[in-house]
Amino acid sequence: MAFNYDKYLRLEKMPTLWCWGCGDGVILKAFVRAIEKMGISQNDVCVISGIGCSGRFSSYVDFNTIHTTHGRTVAYATGVKLARPDKLVVCVAGDGDALAIGGNHTIHGCRRNIDMTMIVINNFIYGLTNSQTSPTTPKGMWTVTQKAGNIDPTFDTCDLAIAAGASFVARESMLDPKKLEKMLIKAMEHKGFSMAEVLSNCHINLGRKNKMVSAMENLEWIDSITVSKKKYDAMTPEEQLNLLPTGILKQDTEADEYCDMYAEIQKAQQGLRKPISQDDFAKKI
Amino acid sequence: MATREVISTGNELAAIAAVDAGCKFFGGYPLTPSSEVMHVISDLLPKKGGVAIQMEDEIGGICCVIGAAMAGDRALTATSGPGMSLKAENLGLAQMAEVPLVCVNVMRGGPSTGLPTRVSQGDILQSKNPSHGDYKSITLCAGSLAECYTEVVRAFNIADRFMQPVIVLLDETIGHMHGKAELPSVEEVEAGIVPRKRFDGAPEDYFPYDCGPTEPAVLNPMFEGYRYHFTGLHHDKNGFPTEEIETCRKLIQRLEDKVEVHKDEVESYEEFMMDDAEIMIVAYGSVSLAAKESIRHLRKEGIKAGLFRPITIWPSPAEKIKEHTDKIEKVLVVELNIGQYHSEIQRAAARLDIEGLFKVNGRPISPYEIVNKVKEL
Repeated sequence: MAFNYDKYLRLEKMPTLWCWGCGDGVILKAFVRAIEKMGISQNDVCVISGIGCSGRFSSYVDFNTIHTTHGRTVAYATGVKLARPDKLVVCVAGDGDALAIGGNHTIHGCRRNIDMTMIVINNFIYGLTNSQTSPTTPKGMWTVTQKAGNIDPTFDTCDLAIAAGASFVARESMLDPKKLEKMLIKAMEHKGFSMAEVLSNCHINLGRKNKMVSAMENLEWIDSITVSKKKYDAMTPEEQLNLLPTGILKQDTEADEYCDMYAEIQKAQQGLRKPISQDDFAKKI
Repeated sequence: MATREVISTGNELAAIAAVDAGCKFFGGYPLTPSSEVMHVISDLLPKKGGVAIQMEDEIGGICCVIGAAMAGDRALTATSGPGMSLKAENLGLAQMAEVPLVCVNVMRGGPSTGLPTRVSQGDILQSKNPSHGDYKSITLCAGSLAECYTEVVRAFNIADRFMQPVIVLLDETIGHMHGKAELPSVEEVEAGIVPRKRFDGAPEDYFPYDCGPTEPAVLNPMFEGYRYHFTGLHHDKNGFPTEEIETCRKLIQRLEDKVEVHKDEVESYEEFMMDDAEIMIVAYGSVSLAAKESIRHLRKEGIKAGLFRPITIWPSPAEKIKEHTDKIEKVLVVELNIGQYHSEIQRAAARLDIEGLFKVNGRPISPYEIVNKVKEL
């Protein structure tokens, strides 16, 4: 039987403002299926989005939803999660949201390893606002702010998250919705900060001047730059150049989670335990 | 009325007040001269099962506070001028989405990095419109150690009544002042807590932003079965983005009117020796302490001066100001900026002959400077 999405959608908000052929809808559906399979009540989920095409994600799904200012999803989510640690908190951000204007919050969310999932929908461009360069725009591509070709080096979302201390880091593209759904379930089930990067297309505003004017051409390009982690690991550094590995890139189930550690602070301040010392951390300092 | 005496600082009292008023969440970033608020509250909140977090920057500080407030907690942030500038955009979201919170600003010299450890009252106009767009700020200003406590308590109740951020201005002098203060008892403060309104009907009948033209939104805490949407965009009665002409107009007009129509509920001022005053001094914050001292000197010399001290700075007690300025010819505004509230007094009085004594070098104004200025009038 086909999956019924209606329960999780704000149907009166349909159709979405996303363009025909946009990958955001595929990601939204995978997210909804993941929530259904996890068996969590809609009342216990908070979805927080930023600004950009991905920013509208939160208004289409029937959970407790927040559409924040540009780049601040993780900071809002930190307040929500610390106030209600038993709830599922999910950020949905674009590449500009997560890595440019909101880069600092992304880094520090990872560093704290606070239990939330950050879905970064990476379409390699500022799509909503007509093709400005993003931190993930490949070098040499045309953007409206770099018409002679982008010279800005490219950020790797997952490398950044791993380096900053996120305990779960994974990447998929929207080309394989089943893999994507599985990744989202694993990310949301993981306790700690989960970075889930999803590569998506923007044939309208990335593709139009970069020889990918149709969704298919854009998706073929995404296919050409992605390779499974297993294959990627077997490659030489020269072969790895300009490729992005997919799959689970890091999962550390031992790392201390921030809300758990804060509960220890509360106990210590209430005289229920000794002050926290270096011995209290899972990984010895 | 049961009272208690404590010896403390303004910043410490602001933190204690928040906890006594039921604050459960603090988010902030160290910012001289406000940092002691965070130092104190990060000790107090976990004792009561609350949370205090030092965020990665000022923006993160206000954002996590808004998030906690959306979840239903009373929440506080504290900062000074540079931090206010950074928080401005998200204070705007809290105005637009109608999220109650309290923001303490311990004023220091500006603009920019300015004079980090020295006193100023340069954020008066900023506190009226920290963010872009139209909304009506509520700003309170503590003029004594005791008020660092009582105004923070009042701010939390006002925030929940009007569903918006409330700014409490301290200045460096008041924030770092150390001395005795007479405070209401904790029981009295707790008895005075008026939590935000909530809707208890069926979720399908709940329209958080459908609240009448002069009333605030009724926002239930998240996770309680009433699923709705927060956004900084113009929004409809369910909180969903819209560009419908009348909905947009009504929303912004309501943000103005919900305060304007009920401003008597927040109005607060002190009149000191005003009954027979022939000269009216207007001062607020730490400067009002020097002004009171100067008035005692002037009275000894037979000069009938009095003080009008606004405690609620925005919206200003304009009618009361006009009542005085219609009768009193000589009016002197004393403040640690170049006439930021002076312009509001001119507006309220509808007079252009309001005198000013201003100082912007990071030093307090002494009573003698005020005495000398009054004698020149």
